[in-house]
Amino acid sequence: MSYLADVATLARKDLRLELRARDTLPAMLLFVVSTLVVFHFALPEGADEVAAQGLLWVALVFTALLGLARAWAPERESGALEGLVLAPCDRSAIWLGKAAAVFAFLSAVELVALPAFALFFGSVDAATVAGVVLASIGICAVGTLLAAMAAASRTRELVLPLLFLPLAIPLVVGGVGASVSPEPGRYLAFLALYDAIFSILCWASFEYVVSE
Amino acid sequence: MSTSSPSSSTSKSAVPALAALAAALVGIAIAFAFYVAPEDADQGISQRIFYFHVPIALTAYACFGWGAVKGLLLLWRKDERYDLESYVAIHQGTIFGSLTLLTGSIWAKASGGHWWLWSENQLVLFLVLFLFYSAYFMLRFSIEEGPRRANISAVYALFGVVLIPVSFLAIRLAENIIHPTVFTRDGPQMSGVMFLTFCIAWLAMSVLAYALYRLELLGKRLDSNLRELRELLT
Repeated sequence: MSYLADVATLARKDLRLELRARDTLPAMLLFVVSTLVVFHFALPEGADEVAAQGLLWVALVFTALLGLARAWAPERESGALEGLVLAPCDRSAIWLGKAAAVFAFLSAVELVALPAFALFFGSVDAATVAGVVLASIGICAVGTLLAAMAAASRTRELVLPLLFLPLAIPLVVGGVGASVSPEPGRYLAFLALYDAIFSILCWASFEYVVSE
Repeated sequence: MSTSSPSSSTSKSAVPALAALAAALVGIAIAFAFYVAPEDADQGISQRIFYFHVPIALTAYACFGWGAVKGLLLLWRKDERYDLESYVAIHQGTIFGSLTLLTGSIWAKASGGHWWLWSENQLVLFLVLFLFYSAYFMLRFSIEEGPRRANISAVYALFGVVLIPVSFLAIRLAENIIHPTVFTRDGPQMSGVMFLTFCIAWLAMSVLAYALYRLELLGKRLDSNLRELRELLT
């Protein structure tokens, strides 16, 4: 139980920081709406609704990237990561807390993005919403770990999309499949499988990313 | 840490022999692929690139797997030498992966008329892996040398072997939404000689990859020893 308490404390710390500084969330919200507007002009007249469904996923992945690039910024800027690593808690709790906080931000963005998408491009069905939720778990799990790797490098924000996009391709496949396929079940199952596999991998390997 | 231990001096003498063996096997494989194996009834001469394309692809997988195994050993045993071994294996895997893309592209042009076919799952998978492992080098070379870099590289290498089956599954699934007409190819109906040629080519590529791996490892170790010596002198 103390493990979960550690995770909750760490996640709450990030949420509180965001509430006070308001750095990331407004930027993500503005970005996702701007992207959807850009997509309206990028889709030529007569492009079908299926193409727009695909673009929704592009918008979500890139918005998530925007948030992930800032995920470890508070720790890095104040040199707090060393302190966290030395804290008497399991190191994977640091990853889980951060991933939970990023998931909260991404969910807040999606609460705006999906209605906006429905308003601009047509309907959003239940399978799409389920796909978005499952894909967000995977994005946050993998993205948080990769962002921690990128934070250790000199090129930080530059290298994160390069690390993240190849790993996000299966998520996009599953998400788009859930949106456009008449049988979304197996795409949702694939997303759940992805979440399970990569969450376990990230959970087990985070310790090595932050320690020497 | 002295690297002039007896084990490394024996490995030094093994590399030329390994290189000679690789060259001989590649020569035999080329001879078999062009002169011994019978011409394919459907595809004609262009089918012969199969004897290089598929073994190179399998070798690339083996290299990525080897890199991940070394990464796992590094995380487990905390021995620095696994870091270099993991890196060199992934480097070789990326080289063989690029060759897979190249030969696959040529094959697609010869058999399908296009340099790139999204319906070729194997090719698409290698494109994803190529992007993934290119980012490995970007990441690795932007982190300062040390245990932190070794750990992060190892974790990323582990992600790679997990990504391979997951991407494979994803690409199979994507085929249904992007190409509704799933075209099934019957299993490889190879005659005995064709299969033998394939096996020889596979062996040749594996030995070649191993020889290159040992050679690069040797060069990199020499390099770091030299740097250490230079630092001692100054």
